[in-house]
Amino acid sequence: MDLFQQQASNRRRTWLVMAVFVAFLFLLGYGFDVLYLGTRVPVAGVVALVGASIGAYAGYRSGDKAVLASASAVPVGELKGPSVPDADRLKYKQIENVVEEVAIAAGLPVPKVFVIPDPDPNAFATGRDPEHASIAVTKGLLDMLSREELQAVVAHEMSHIRNFDIRLMTVVAALVGAVVLLSDFGRRWLFWGGGKRGGSSRDKSGGGVVGAVLMVVWLVAIILAPVVGQLLSMMVSRRREYLADASAAELTRNPLALASALQRIESAAAPTKSIKHGTANLCIADPLERKIGTHEGRWSDLFASHPPMVKRIGALREMAYER
Amino acid sequence: MIPLFVLLGVLLVVAMWVIGTYNGLVGLRNQTINGWKQIDVQLKRRHDLIPNLINTVKGAMEFEQSTLTMVIEARNRAVAAAGPADSAAAEGVLTQALGKLFALAESYPTLKANENVKMLQEELAATENKIGFARQFYNDIATRFNTAQQTFPANLVAGPLGFKASELFEVTEAAERAVPTVDLSLKK
Repeated sequence: MDLFQQQASNRRRTWLVMAVFVAFLFLLGYGFDVLYLGTRVPVAGVVALVGASIGAYAGYRSGDKAVLASASAVPVGELKGPSVPDADRLKYKQIENVVEEVAIAAGLPVPKVFVIPDPDPNAFATGRDPEHASIAVTKGLLDMLSREELQAVVAHEMSHIRNFDIRLMTVVAALVGAVVLLSDFGRRWLFWGGGKRGGSSRDKSGGGVVGAVLMVVWLVAIILAPVVGQLLSMMVSRRREYLADASAAELTRNPLALASALQRIESAAAPTKSIKHGTANLCIADPLERKIGTHEGRWSDLFASHPPMVKRIGALREMAYER
Repeated sequence: MIPLFVLLGVLLVVAMWVIGTYNGLVGLRNQTINGWKQIDVQLKRRHDLIPNLINTVKGAMEFEQSTLTMVIEARNRAVAAAGPADSAAAEGVLTQALGKLFALAESYPTLKANENVKMLQEELAATENKIGFARQFYNDIATRFNTAQQTFPANLVAGPLGFKASELFEVTEAAERAVPTVDLSLKK
C-alpha cells in the first residue's frame, strides 16, 4: 500500500467510525423510545441522532484538544519563563528543533509541540490533518533519549501525521471515550432506575416476544459497548505501528536510532499515568504496559494496542542489515 | 465522415493526455523549486547564527584565534558563494571548520558549562540537520520529477514542452565521500 492509498483508507475509515457511532447512538435512542416510552415514533432516537452527529463532528474538529487536555499536555512555548531550569530549557529547545527538522524531511508544515509532565517516556501525535497536527512528548522522553533517538521518535509520529493515521485515531479516541461514558451512564440508570416502567411499556407496545428480543439486544448493546469500542480502537492501531516505524526510518535514514529509542522506552517499565486509556492507541508505546504486549500469540494479537516491542525492534535492525 | 470523427476523437484523447502530463510535470517542477528554496533558507539561518557563536566564545577562546578566523572566513566564503556546486563546496568547508571549533571548545570547562554555548551548539546542530533533510527532501522530489519526465510515454512530450531534468544534490567534497582508512598495523 502506498502513501496515497494509506491516506485514502484512513479517510474512509474515519467516516465509517463516525457513521457507526451515530448509528449506534440512534439505536440506543430508539430502544429507549420503544421500550420505555412505548412508542414507535423515534423521539429519543432523533434526539440521539442529532446529538451523536454533533458529537462526531466535534470529535473530528477538536478531538485533538480533548486528547491533549486529558493528558494535561502543555504547549512547549509556555515553558520558557525564568523559573525553568537551564537544562530543561535546552531540552525544550531541542524538541522544538527536532520537530522542525523532521517536518522538513517529511515536507510537511511544522506541527505544534506539547510536553506532558510525566517521568515515563512516551509520545503521541494527534490532529485532523497535517495542517492541524500536534506532537506531544513526555518530560521523561526528553530526559531519557539522546538527540538522535528523539529525532527517530518524532519521525515515527510524523509518519502517523503524514498517513492521516492521526485523524482516524483521534476520532476513535474521542468517540470511544464518549461511548464508554454514555454506556456507563446508561447501565447505572438502567439498573437503578427503570426496571418497573420497562414492564409496563412492554404491555403497551403489544408485541411481547419482539419487545423482549429488542430489550435483550438493547441491554447487550449497552453492556458490550465499552468492550466493542476498545476492540475497535485496538484493531485500528497495530499494523500502523510497523508502517510508521518503517516510514520513520525512511525519513531519518537511521533505523537503529529508533530501535535503541524503543529499547529504552521498553526498559523504563513504569506505566505512563498521565495518558488515559482511550488515548493508548495514539502513543509510540503502549502507555498501560499490558503484559500481553510483550509476547506473541492469539490473545496478545487480539487485545494489545501495539505489536510486541521485540518484533518492532527486530524489524528495524533488519532494515539496517543487522541482526 | 466516420473516419473524420475517429481522427477527431483520437486527437482529443491525445490532447487531454498532453494537458494532463503537462500539468502533472508543472506541479512536480514547482515542488522541486520549492525544495531548493528550502535549502537556501536553512543555509542563510546557519550563516546568521555563526557571528553570534563567535561573539559568545571569543572571550574564552582568545588563544584559538586561528580557528576562529578560519570559521569566520569559511562563513564569509559560504555567504558569497554563487551557484549550487560552489555553494556546496563552501558549505562543506564551513561544516569542517565548525566541527573543529566545537572540538576545541570541549577543552574549555567554562565554555562547556556555558548555557549560551550549549544553546548555540544545539541551534547549529539543528540547522545542520535541517540542511541535510532539506537536501534529502529536494533529492527525493527531484528524483520523482526526473522519473516522471523520463518514463514512457511522458518522455515523448516532456522535452518539447520545455522540461529539463533537475540536478541532484551530491556530496561534492571528495573527503566526505571517501571511505575512512583504518590503520591497524600498530607501528609506533
